[in-house]
Amino acid sequence: MHIVIIGNGIAGVTAARHLRKQSQHEITMISGESEFHYSRPALMYSYMGHMRSEDLKPYEDWFWEKNRINLKRAWVETIRFNEKQLVFADGSTMNYDKLVLAVGSTTSYYDWPGQDLDGVHGMVTLQDIEAMERHSEERLKRAVIVGGGLIGIEMAECFHTRQIPVSFLVREESYWNRVLPPDESTMVTKHIQRKHGIDLRLETELSEIWGDGDGKVKMAVAKGGEKFPCEFVGISAGVKPNIEWLSFSELELGRGIKVNDHLETNLKDVYAIGDCAELIEPQPGRRPIEAIWYTGRMMGETVAYNILGKPTPYRPGIFFNSAKFFDLEYQVYGSTPNELPENQSWFYWQHPTEDKAIRLYWSKASKAVLGFHLMGIRYRHEVCEAWIANETNINEVVEHLGLANFDPEFYEEHEEAIVSAFNAQEGTSIKLKSKRGLSGVQRFLKKLTSKSTARV
Amino acid sequence: MSNKSVHKTGLQWLGLGLFCLALLLFTAMLGLESYTITSDVLPEGSNKYQKAAIAKAAKDLDFTGQTFGSPFEVKSAYHEVFTKAQGALEATFEKSGAPDDLGEWDFKLGDGYFKDQLFPLIRSSSTGPITANPWLWFGLTFGLGILGGLLYILPKFSADPGIKNDHIYHSPLTRGLTLTWRSVFLGFTIIGVLAYGVTYMSGQWVWPAVTAGVAILISVLIFIVQNSAKHTPQRSASPDMASGTLGILGGTYLIVFYLLLYWSPYLITPWVIMVNPLTEFLSGGSASQWSVYGTLYTVIVLVMGVRMWSKYQHNKYQLVRTGSVMFFQTGFAFLIPDLMSRLGGPSVDLKLIWPLDYSFFFDWNLNSLLDSGTFGIFLLGWGVALIVIGVPVLTYFYGKRWYCSWVCGCGGLAETMGDPYRQLSDKSMRAWKYERFIIHGVLVAAIVMTAAVLYHFFTGNAQIWIFNAYDIRKWYGFLIGAGFAGVVGTGFYPLMGNRTWCRFGCPLAAYLGLVQRYKSKFRITTNGSQCISCGNCSTYCEMGIDVRYYAQRGQDIVRSSCVGCGVCSAVCPRGVLRLENGDDTDQFRADETRAIHITADSVGIL
Repeated sequence: MHIVIIGNGIAGVTAARHLRKQSQHEITMISGESEFHYSRPALMYSYMGHMRSEDLKPYEDWFWEKNRINLKRAWVETIRFNEKQLVFADGSTMNYDKLVLAVGSTTSYYDWPGQDLDGVHGMVTLQDIEAMERHSEERLKRAVIVGGGLIGIEMAECFHTRQIPVSFLVREESYWNRVLPPDESTMVTKHIQRKHGIDLRLETELSEIWGDGDGKVKMAVAKGGEKFPCEFVGISAGVKPNIEWLSFSELELGRGIKVNDHLETNLKDVYAIGDCAELIEPQPGRRPIEAIWYTGRMMGETVAYNILGKPTPYRPGIFFNSAKFFDLEYQVYGSTPNELPENQSWFYWQHPTEDKAIRLYWSKASKAVLGFHLMGIRYRHEVCEAWIANETNINEVVEHLGLANFDPEFYEEHEEAIVSAFNAQEGTSIKLKSKRGLSGVQRFLKKLTSKSTARV
Repeated sequence: MSNKSVHKTGLQWLGLGLFCLALLLFTAMLGLESYTITSDVLPEGSNKYQKAAIAKAAKDLDFTGQTFGSPFEVKSAYHEVFTKAQGALEATFEKSGAPDDLGEWDFKLGDGYFKDQLFPLIRSSSTGPITANPWLWFGLTFGLGILGGLLYILPKFSADPGIKNDHIYHSPLTRGLTLTWRSVFLGFTIIGVLAYGVTYMSGQWVWPAVTAGVAILISVLIFIVQNSAKHTPQRSASPDMASGTLGILGGTYLIVFYLLLYWSPYLITPWVIMVNPLTEFLSGGSASQWSVYGTLYTVIVLVMGVRMWSKYQHNKYQLVRTGSVMFFQTGFAFLIPDLMSRLGGPSVDLKLIWPLDYSFFFDWNLNSLLDSGTFGIFLLGWGVALIVIGVPVLTYFYGKRWYCSWVCGCGGLAETMGDPYRQLSDKSMRAWKYERFIIHGVLVAAIVMTAAVLYHFFTGNAQIWIFNAYDIRKWYGFLIGAGFAGVVGTGFYPLMGNRTWCRFGCPLAAYLGLVQRYKSKFRITTNGSQCISCGNCSTYCEMGIDVRYYAQRGQDIVRSSCVGCGVCSAVCPRGVLRLENGDDTDQFRADETRAIHITADSVGIL
């Protein structure tokens, strides 16, 4: 059997690795973007000089040959699904028995006049980062970044390292407040505003981009008319599934490629995973498209089982994610909406002087813990997840909160302060019983498994 | 053109300028002295006949009274004198034998005496600005260097706490070499050391030949038997061309420094004269080239330790750990031994452990300890206890980091002066293969060498089959003690990373590593599935561990080479890694089969 995977991002590569681990089928992975798999979230580090481009590759180049995963560098032009055949840009073809579409996302553009000018880029692909480098070296004196998402702030950090002033246009009244609760959004907003050379413009939207007559960016114009002279416009107003090239085929598309619980598309032997896949019936509380590194990886693993005849529904488990805003780390576990739902309660603690905060969510009715939202403090995935999965009572969670602390040794443990603040809010008299440390965690996890709890 | 370097203030540029000036003076001062030979400075020989012969030859050849401009000239002139004195004694011996019942070799001058007396001759004949004013020169080099360094470093404390790795791979000082260039440097250094080894072993080419044979054998095993020829590394330190120009310059400077320090100290007597007042003040004795080295070493660890503090403001583990290496270097390696010798006892670095301290079981050390009464016996017991109790027990509880990145002097230098180069360690599988062969090979060599030395100590018999215990230990000291630990170990910081010695060569690290790998609570845990495979951990691992390989699988990292510096955790943008001492029974946590993260039910079908 010949299994062909289009796309060598994290979803495609995880699928290939698991397919190889469990089978001897022929596996081919195709990418037009890069010869080898690289870590997309790490693109910024090559621009900033933290790493060389080869350091972005999680596997040495010989890994693929050794594991008999054929790599092909080519753009797929069209797919003849009826004949189970791919057609490449150069006209050559390749047949498959099973096809995995792991074609990822592209930057969303919103039909701004001037968006095709030289110097308008997202930061999603290798080509994007090369363009940023080229423009930085050639003529970049000021940059404008449009959109207050995670990619925008990474672009801002990139330019910041090269002392290129940035105007950061954000539509919302506070950074990323569609996702972050108000206090956290304010904290990040202030963190950005403290950075020298970053001009954060809230409630500002891009209207159009002007060129200099040679087709190069000269100015970004905001709605309302304010002008921002610049040589580069970074676009970070979200990403969308990279599926335009698949329209006019038999493949069922929505915003992404429609897949069922087993990541199968409407066409036999064709699967879709990662950023490009749109679940027809997502799990409760989850979105149909989650363009996240971690879900891509889980889908890659799941699709491998399904292809190999071990039907496995896609169950991403308890949500988790992480990001970094300049120097400020961010982690979430479980469900952490930016506004408090009616049937839930939350508790927020913020460090009096440093950028550190924690927010806990729980159900009003059952008191079961629902989520952890962390700024500048690291919490342990295994512990938070076990608490959420077991619907642990919030009071018990708070009592043992130290177990979840994952900050390095010698870091101050704030759990004492957090517990007393919690007591003050809830009128409880909880005493902190567990501190940070692996041994306690190991005992805690062993006790859980011996109870053989049913996980979600 | 964007600015591909970290912004520097005027004060920082001034600091950099002062530091460069200090380095320039430090280098240039080696040529500032002249050397006047008086009858007082001539070597005295071991008896009156030798003394007279040398004095006569010096007079005949007009050596006495002459002033030379460089140590090279002194050396060649003195060589003529020495040869003549040697000839005269030889002739006397041929004619009438040795007087006063002296043995033949007590009477004649052996070749070794020339080498032994060259350094004291040049040092005591030295006149000029440094001899006249050693403290001034100390101020102009050490003082100015420290001042410049601090001016450069202190403003960094005003930056926001956070990861400070911007532009490391844009800088010609820290970006490293291509695999080819690195091989060229390494190849020339190895060949050079082995070739010099033939001279060093007085023409016994068998030792360099055996060493070369072992090196070739290891390469054959790795390339052919282990199939590495097909696995050419990509993640080796390899930017375009030889663009790490300042790194090459820096590495060359360091290599030359070590060559002079170990094998031609007669060329660096101005430095010795410069630090002599300080050494006299501290220990009451006179300075040697090791006093220069010790002072320089300590100053560098302290100043670059302050730099570590500024760089890792966001990470308390780094702050405490850096403080620890600064303390152990200053106290245990620098001040306490001087104090001990001031008190008349044996002067010992209490934190040095065999087999890193390979001369611990040498006869002269054992005899010196055994002759020093209760204190000597205590030191002997202390040294042995560290080997048989300290290492296993502490490593069981804390991992090898308790030594390698908290206490050790080599580690201390690597973690401070070496920090800017930590990213240059090769992360490839091939490098790991070399590492395992070489470091365990050195451990075996150290054990064999020590066994031979002890056999000689207890039986008095130096000859073991065809080997001579003296030769074995001499070659070990030359090859491993000086060549590997010094020239390659530190000289290659800007070329192959700051832990080249610790990773590939240190036999104590190998011993600690075996304990850590097989019986220790220490591990680096991965925070569930939060890894984004970015590779910062692997890039900044000074021991060349591909940390990401484990982190992206959710595995705990239990590796013998990990020195627990904690930088992987400090540079992780997602808070994924944590150094921990846990329960060592959960070995599954380090299993490769740990599932990525789909739910328990689905994993069940695997």
